Amino acid sequence: MLWLALHFPHLPLEVFSRGASTPQPLVVAEKKGNRARLVSCNALAISCGVHIGMPVSAAQALVASLIVRWRDPATERDALAGLATWAGRFTPDVSLQPPDGLLLEISRCLRLHHGMDNLLGLVQSGIKALGYTVASACAPTPHGAWLLAKAGRAISPSTEERLEQELAGLPVALLQQPPETLTGLEMLGVETLADSLRLPRAGLARRFGKGLLDELDRVFGKQPEARAFFVPPPCFERKLELMAPVHEAEALLFAARRLLPELEGYLGLCLAGVQELEFLCRHEDAPDTVVTLGFVEPTREAERMLLQLREILGRIQLVAPVHTIILKASRILSLAALNGDLFQEATGQDDGNRLLERMRARLGGDAVHGISVAADHRPEQAWRSCAAGHGSEVPGNPHRPLWLLPRPVPCRDGSLVLKSPAERIESGWWDGHGVARDYYVAQDRDGARLWVFCERASGEWFVHGLFA
Amino acid sequence: MSAALEALLQHPAIWRGDQRAQASAEDVVPTGFAALDELLPGGGWSRGALTEILTAREGIGELRLLMPALARLSMENGWLVWVAPPHVPYAPAIAAAGVGLKRVLVATPRSIADAWWAAEQALRSGACGAVLAWLGAPDERRMRRLQLAAEAGEGWAVLFRPARAAQERSPAALRLYLEPAAHGLAVSVLKRRGGPVDKPLLLDLRQGNSRHGTSRPVPPPSVPRLPNVAARDGGMQALR
Repeated sequence: MLWLALHFPHLPLEVFSRGASTPQPLVVAEKKGNRARLVSCNALAISCGVHIGMPVSAAQALVASLIVRWRDPATERDALAGLATWAGRFTPDVSLQPPDGLLLEISRCLRLHHGMDNLLGLVQSGIKALGYTVASACAPTPHGAWLLAKAGRAISPSTEERLEQELAGLPVALLQQPPETLTGLEMLGVETLADSLRLPRAGLARRFGKGLLDELDRVFGKQPEARAFFVPPPCFERKLELMAPVHEAEALLFAARRLLPELEGYLGLCLAGVQELEFLCRHEDAPDTVVTLGFVEPTREAERMLLQLREILGRIQLVAPVHTIILKASRILSLAALNGDLFQEATGQDDGNRLLERMRARLGGDAVHGISVAADHRPEQAWRSCAAGHGSEVPGNPHRPLWLLPRPVPCRDGSLVLKSPAERIESGWWDGHGVARDYYVAQDRDGARLWVFCERASGEWFVHGLFA
Repeated sequence: MSAALEALLQHPAIWRGDQRAQASAEDVVPTGFAALDELLPGGGWSRGALTEILTAREGIGELRLLMPALARLSMENGWLVWVAPPHVPYAPAIAAAGVGLKRVLVATPRSIADAWWAAEQALRSGACGAVLAWLGAPDERRMRRLQLAAEAGEGWAVLFRPARAAQERSPAALRLYLEPAAHGLAVSVLKRRGGPVDKPLLLDLRQGNSRHGTSRPVPPPSVPRLPNVAARDGGMQALR
C-alpha cells in the first residue's frame, strides 16, 4: 500500500477565490461566540496588513476594498467532494479526510501514470488548475501520509522503518486528539511523536485514554486502518460561487475551467461520458441563463466541452451580472476508457464530430444538417434535411436539378425554350399537399437550364429548380 | 540557348514560370474531365488550395462541373460541406451524381460573418474533403484566411462568385470563369499556378457522356467578356 495524502491548507479561502480571474483582497471570517475573527486571508490581504485572528471590523477599517466572506462548511464539503471526483482520474481508491484533505491509494496506478514523479506532477498541476493550493506527502500508512502532508514534509518514505524516522520528528500537536490531551502532552514535555513513544504505553493509556495509543499505532502502521472510499454521486452537479458578479464571457470561462476538470474526473471514475451538459448562470434578480452543450457522441474531455462553451458564451448576451455558475450533467452514458493511439494518428471521425459540434454551437443546431432522399414523387417532398452523417444511400434521380428553389417562383420570362418532353407529376392528394404538374427542362436566353413546371389546374408556369 | 544552359535548367530544383506547378497525385482530385485535368496543375482540383469559380449567372452547370470530384471525395472520410448555398442542394440529383449523401453537410449561417467563420473552420479542421461556399462581401483579407485555412486543413475549397469579381485581385490558387456553351461549359482559366491559358476549354457536361470533354479552341479572347448587367438581371427576373 502506498498512500498519497493531499492537504488543502487554504480550502476555506479558496472555495471563494478560485472562481475569480483577478485577485482581490479576500478574507474568511468565523463567528466564535459573539466575536467575529478572521480564520483565513489571501496574500493580497496579508500585504495590506491583515492577519489571521484579527477582528473583522478592524480588518475592514484597514482595507476599504476588502471582501469578507463567512466561513461556509457546506461549500467546503462540496469542494472536497469535487476534489475527490476530480482525483478519480488517477485512482478509483480515493478517501475523504474531512475537513480539508484527501487520501489516494496509488500503489496500483503508479505504472499507469509513468511513476511517482510524473503522477505527483500531474496531481499538483491539476490542483493548481482547479484553483487550490495543496501540500502532498506519500507514506505506506494513510495516517502517516496525512501527518506528513499536514506538516508540509514533501518526502516519500518508502518503507515503514524510513517512515518511522521521518514521523518521529513531527510535533504531537498535529495529532487528531482533543485539546486537553494535547495540552496534557505539552505539560509532560512531550513535543514530538518520538517523545510520546518513549513513554510507557500503559501509563499513557491510563492518563489519556486508548484513543491516543490507537492513533499512534495507526500512524506507525502497527494497527491497520480501514478507510471508507469515496463513492461518486449518481449524477454530477457542481456549483461555483463567483467572488464578484461578472458580466463578461471571458470571466465565466475562467470559472468554467475550474469546474470542467472535476466533471472529467467524475466521468473517468464512472467510466462514463456525457452527450448533453447544462451550464447555468445564476443572476441576482433575473431567471437563470441556461446554456446547453451537446455532443455528437459521448465524451469526457474537458477541453472539448470548454471549446464549445467558449463558442456559445461568445455569442449570447447576458441579461444581468452572474454571481454563481452551476455545471450539471444529468444523463450519464457509459463510455469505455479510451485507448491511446500508439502511432499518434488523428482519427478522422473524431475531427469531423468536433467540427460538427463547433458549427452547431455557433450557428445553432438547426443551421447545420445533412440531406437525404425521401421516397416521394413530389419534388418538395423527395428530399429532407436529416441529422448530419445520416443521409440515405438510395440512388437518386438523374433527371432532377442540383438546385431546388425553396418554393416555386412564378415564371414571367417569355423567351424560355423547352428542351425536354413533359414529365407529369400528380401525387399527394391524400395529405392535402397534392400536386398536378407537368415538368420540363427549359433554357433561357443566357444559356442557363431551368426546371419549370406548368400547374395543370391553372395553366400557370413556375420555375422550380436550376440545373447548375 | 546553349546546350550548357539547357542542361542546367533540367535541374529539379529549378522551377520555370512557363511550366505548370507539379503536384503529387495525392494532392489533387481528378475532375472527371480528361481535358480539364490536363489544364490544371497536377492534373486535377488541388487539395489544400482555394479554387474560385466565377459565373455570369447561376444554373449553367457550375455544380455539375464539380460533381465527379465530389463523388470521388465522398468515398473518403471527410465532410463535403456546403456553406450558405443560395438554394436547396437537391438530394435526389446529388445522389444521382454518385455523391454519398452520408458525407454531405449543409450549413446555413444567419449572417455573412458566420458564413465566413463556418467556411474557415471547416477548412481548418482537416475533417473536410471539400468545402463549397457562397459567401457575401469577400475582401482580400478574408479570402487569404480561407486560402490559409485550406492549406492548413488540406481541404479543397471552392468559392463561388459573380463574374464581376474577375477584375478583383484574389489569393485563390485557381480561378475559373464559366460561360454556357452548347451542351456544357466554356471554361476560361483566369489564374493558375503555372503559365496562363489563352483559350477557353469547351466541356461537354451531358449525362452519360463518356468522351469527357473536347478541347476545341473557340474564338472569344482569353479575358472573359464581362456580363451585361442588364441582361443578367433580366435573366434572374424569372427567379424573383
